[in-house]
Amino acid sequence: MAGQSDPHLSIFSPSEVEFVAEDEIVEIVPNIRMDALNMICGDFGPFFPQIPTKVPLWLAVALKKRSKCTIRTPDWMTVDRLTQVLEAERESPREFQPLPFHYIEISKLLFDDARDDISDAYLVRSLIEDIRDVRFHKVETGLETISGRTHAVKLKNLSAMEVNIVRPFMVRTLQAFYKHDSPQMIQQADNTGSRATPVTDRGPRRDLRRR
Amino acid sequence: MSSWDDDDSAAAAATDVELLKRAWRNEKAAPEILRFDSPLVSRVREQIQLLEETLDDFADSGVDDLVVSLYQMDLDRTLFLLRSYLRLRLQKIEKYTMHISRSDDLLSRLSQQERRFAKSCAEIMEKHLEQSVLSKLPYGYDSVTRQSLSSTEDDMVPEPQLDTFVFCKTKSDVGAFQLDDIGEEVVDLVADDLYVLRYKSIKGLVEGGRIDLI
Repeated sequence: MAGQSDPHLSIFSPSEVEFVAEDEIVEIVPNIRMDALNMICGDFGPFFPQIPTKVPLWLAVALKKRSKCTIRTPDWMTVDRLTQVLEAERESPREFQPLPFHYIEISKLLFDDARDDISDAYLVRSLIEDIRDVRFHKVETGLETISGRTHAVKLKNLSAMEVNIVRPFMVRTLQAFYKHDSPQMIQQADNTGSRATPVTDRGPRRDLRRR
Repeated sequence: MSSWDDDDSAAAAATDVELLKRAWRNEKAAPEILRFDSPLVSRVREQIQLLEETLDDFADSGVDDLVVSLYQMDLDRTLFLLRSYLRLRLQKIEKYTMHISRSDDLLSRLSQQERRFAKSCAEIMEKHLEQSVLSKLPYGYDSVTRQSLSSTEDDMVPEPQLDTFVFCKTKSDVGAFQLDDIGEEVVDLVADDLYVLRYKSIKGLVEGGRIDLI
């Protein structure tokens, strides 16, 4: 029967993406003494005052909210490092700079609950917003290049939240192109020889829209 | 092959929660129902039960509130993953109940309880359709699975769309990988890079645990 696949089953809500991100490890400096925690998700501690310890982000935030620790800013979240990343993002229009997969979620959680632990929090936050904008603009530009010939897309260094935002549209677009172009594809012989980037091309075809 | 050794040692090092998370993500992103990971679910259930008992003991022995609440969070997070995983599968079974019931391969991917659920789901739906609609249609059009006697196959059974596109990452280099039957689409899959591919092409890799769906 005609109809597109139900996209609802495979949609991750932003909360679910954040849930996954909350397992990322960060470093805290506790101000209390606590025995080791032997949890289902892993063993952490024991905790001594002023001794840095690694814990999952959700645990760090829980302790921070109860004023039992400070959270050490991750290395990538400094003004210097982020300025470098932003410049590199602006200079390379087709590549994404390597960033932690959950950089958006981690930074949001830290800004919400541990802002006083981040040096130059205001500047860091605006740098991250700029980076997000530049990257998302690249994603949008990249979407314009999807055509009937696209049988696979490579999104190196894209982050979890960015993937989740673009997922529904990209899947429907690729699906629509695949459905409408596929019968002609099979009849056409491959006469283009080998290509350096087989990912984006599958044969000579007329573009419906010239840019 | 050394890459298999790496996979084995990586799998051994991953906690059950990480494995459950991976199973949950794969199940969410995949259009069809995947193989039920029975040993993993049993282990997680045991750990959940153990932690619940421990928390009961804590409540009696007056352990610090902070520690109790932290363990409770860990418990809640694990419960969420497990419940979501099971619910996702039940949703898929409900949606494709006819399709699953007539395929031995798909039935074999279900747990015993899921198989019972699928069976009764199919029976209930069939009965409902027959009583409310089909018994009132003329002969030749009253089958649950076929539009009419002239249909050559079961064309009224909803099937998952296997050629939908999914986002995925491979844990180790797969190298040149053929996406289609004709050999025209070849992609070089590099470890840790993110790709958007047709699910059907990478089905085998997902089942073998070499590719994760995001």
